[in-house]
Amino acid sequence: MVLVVAAESVWGDEKSAFTCNTQQPGCNSVCYDHFFPISHIRLWALQLILVTTPALLVAMHVAYQQHQEKKLLVLTGHGDPKHMEEVKKHKMRISGSLWWTYVFSVVFRLLFEAVFMYIFYMLYPGYQMVRLVKCEAYPCPNIVDCFISRPTEKTIFTVFMLVTSSICIVLNMAELVYLVVRACARRGQHNSNPSSGKGSFYGHKLSSEYKQNEINQLLTEQDGSLKDMLRRNPSLQEKGDRCSAC
Amino acid sequence: MDWGSLQNVLGGVNKHSTSIGKIWLTVLFIFRIMILVVAAERVWGDEQQDFVCNTLQPGCRNVCYDHFFPISHIRLWALQLIFVSTPALLVAMHVAYTRHEKKRRFRNGEKIDIEELKNEKIHIRGALWWTYTSSIFFRVVFEAVFMYVFYYMYDGYQMPRLVKCDAWPCPNTVDCFVSRPTEKTTFTIFMLAVSGICITLNLAELCYLVMKICMKESKKTPVLK
Repeated sequence: MVLVVAAESVWGDEKSAFTCNTQQPGCNSVCYDHFFPISHIRLWALQLILVTTPALLVAMHVAYQQHQEKKLLVLTGHGDPKHMEEVKKHKMRISGSLWWTYVFSVVFRLLFEAVFMYIFYMLYPGYQMVRLVKCEAYPCPNIVDCFISRPTEKTIFTVFMLVTSSICIVLNMAELVYLVVRACARRGQHNSNPSSGKGSFYGHKLSSEYKQNEINQLLTEQDGSLKDMLRRNPSLQEKGDRCSAC
Repeated sequence: MDWGSLQNVLGGVNKHSTSIGKIWLTVLFIFRIMILVVAAERVWGDEQQDFVCNTLQPGCRNVCYDHFFPISHIRLWALQLIFVSTPALLVAMHVAYTRHEKKRRFRNGEKIDIEELKNEKIHIRGALWWTYTSSIFFRVVFEAVFMYVFYYMYDGYQMPRLVKCDAWPCPNTVDCFVSRPTEKTTFTIFMLAVSGICITLNLAELCYLVMKICMKESKKTPVLK
């Protein structure tokens, strides 16, 4: 919002108001290009787009899991609209593969933020916008003074965006630590007390053993040949220890 | 440019795409259309006004600009995005036709649940498979053609700082300066990279579809025997 509402108007006249102390045609353009290879605004826009993209991975994974849940509900005979709505509305627990996707998305966010802060530092040393730059690129006839428009305002906004970026990095790190600690705590609890399984109705339904049982049951109901196959090859039954319908 | 209407059209197609197709659509909207609208249009916004030539001769600047930039990058990208999204319409039309046929059969007395018909997910098989595969093929062709057009028109993907022009009415060879060449080069390379990623996704989707149909065929044959 700050970018759209404020920063874009501050940087709006960055090129038109960039003035060099010469009438040599082309000197303005060349010096501007030399000192501002990529404008701050574009870099921030790219940064924002890249930083928000990893969240899409999580959204896609959640959509995939919901799709699986819906399929399971339809196969177990709970395919009525009420259950379908519940699937859409209930909050997904961040466990299993979704946990890994979520952690990766947070790591990538951190990485992108750090990379862009570094790029800003490389392109604009010290994050400060100077008032005057000295330029001698062709076709400028000699070393000319070039003046930047609104340097103080630009410095203020640059520092503001930098601070916000750092806060986001700190929040992402905190989230990462929280996720790791929660996963370890959950694992510790699970190891010490395997029978206690708190979770939502669907969380329980999706515990791997229950899922496997359901799927096995459905497969055998759907395709009787599986039963014949299992009767003929008892070795396959080993894997189906959890198979309730065999 | 009204990209919102394109989004509405393609949103419908998204329902019937494969997972790779959905990823392609996301990449298209976020990394190409959004970047074009949010960033690239600003960078190229002043391209003609700030194209400066080292002469006071009237008309020289216009002629030189036209000589070196027959079509602006922005317009080429917009055309590319439109062409690349259009084959998906073939799929949408085919799906609509299939639904229309089913509705016709319902009206002729066959028992089909009309609500289910609206929400039913159409599987990609039979004639729809061919339509879908052709649409992906055309997408790849259009992407490649536009990448080549860019390369041919602008002698590579880099924007020079200075171009030398001697078209009439310029009095002799004059220096003309392009505005923001580095920023333009950066965005050109970015859009090129994303275009490459889209081509890769399309090729992957093509392979996936072909493999799926081959596996289905090989599963069918033992049963027939």
